[in-house]
Amino acid sequence: MDLLAATAQWLADPAHWQGSNGIPLRLGEHVALSGVSIFLAALVAMPLGLWIGHTGRFSWLVVSSANAWRALPSFAVIGLLVPFTTLLDPSLGFTLYPTLVAMIVLAGPPILVNSYQGVAGVDRDLVEAARGMGMSERQILLGLEMPVALPVLATGIRSAAVQVIATATLGATFGFGGLGRYIILGDANRDNGELFGGVVLVAALALTTLALFVLLERRLTSPGLAIRTAG
Amino acid sequence: MSEEPLVQWDWLFDHLGPIAGRVEQHLYLAAIAVGIGFVVSFALAAVSIRRRRLYPFVTLLATAFYTTPSFALFVALVAITGPSVLSAEVPLVLYTVILFVPNIVAGFDAVPKEVLDAADGMGYSSGQRWWHVELPLAIPLVVAGLRLTTVSTIGLVTVTAILGDSLGGLGYYILDGYHRHFPTEILVGGLLSIALAVLADMCFVLLQRLLTPWAAARAAAR
Repeated sequence: MDLLAATAQWLADPAHWQGSNGIPLRLGEHVALSGVSIFLAALVAMPLGLWIGHTGRFSWLVVSSANAWRALPSFAVIGLLVPFTTLLDPSLGFTLYPTLVAMIVLAGPPILVNSYQGVAGVDRDLVEAARGMGMSERQILLGLEMPVALPVLATGIRSAAVQVIATATLGATFGFGGLGRYIILGDANRDNGELFGGVVLVAALALTTLALFVLLERRLTSPGLAIRTAG
Repeated sequence: MSEEPLVQWDWLFDHLGPIAGRVEQHLYLAAIAVGIGFVVSFALAAVSIRRRRLYPFVTLLATAFYTTPSFALFVALVAITGPSVLSAEVPLVLYTVILFVPNIVAGFDAVPKEVLDAADGMGYSSGQRWWHVELPLAIPLVVAGLRLTTVSTIGLVTVTAILGDSLGGLGYYILDGYHRHFPTEILVGGLLSIALAVLADMCFVLLQRLLTPWAAARAAAR
């Protein structure tokens, strides 16, 4: 139980909650990197997935990106980016960009797949009815398919977010800060309190994100659909 | 770093021996994890299928582990067991089991009830029914699960490089190249580890075709 005590002690020490290696700063770095990469990934993947789902064209792209995603080792992806990002910027390209770009790549496919499935899963009879009522394709996508697909879309962003938060810790090996830094430092300094403190913080962040998304998904479910699934 | 060419072929040709050694280590670490994971997963899945009420606990545990970064698990184990093959294998096996068990359970769940009833009606014993009916019908999803776990394990092996120079398979080159600001080494490690994952994936597609010839026949008949 030394381990638990050491971890609790490290987390409770006020000295670890301030300064340039303090928990608020590292947590901020971690959240900022995850937020930015998920936002950028969603910016590309969501419209693409919605469009593929609506038109049914290029659906092979969704399947193959999901498959490629499983085969891509994040550690190798971050490392492989280093030679190229350093050409762009010798300093940030060695610390921030590899992790950032890798996290965008990691977040893309789950968002793409869910945007596609959300829209493709909308009852075709509904879409035909909307078309018969004279709704334009744009109106159908934004006014019918999007609201129905919203919970599925949120699930995609949720799984991307949890993945990115967990995997961004790897960035600490490649010069990025974030909560992974404590794990690296704890290992280097043989300080188990710091190491497991870092693990606890990352896990807490991932679980909090998970819980927030579950709440959000409940609110996003259109009331009509919620009644149907409840009954 | 910017003045040098991206790939120094001399380095690559001088290190063919050690690179082959790392490929071998990579496959060896992955094979142990998938092998042990396969046995443990089958046992857990068998229990989950018989005692259905236990299954939610298994999935809950699996999700909890999946939100824990692999990286953290590896480093945490070094603090406990030291930088050994054991510290690399324990997390690798865990992740294999987490991915594999749901696939096995889904595979056996997918066997239609009517088929089982028909087998019973034809007088199969429960052992015969399992071997001749349930297993062949569950195989496509089981192999799909094995494919998924093998590919992801090959990826995860690269992370074990952080445990020390004696581990990591091809991940060693990624990390060493980063520390030495040497792109050639990073590219060799990174590209080869992705190539291994893709190759393994292709082997399993082939295996799926061989194990379930009826799937191809059915597709051709359509």
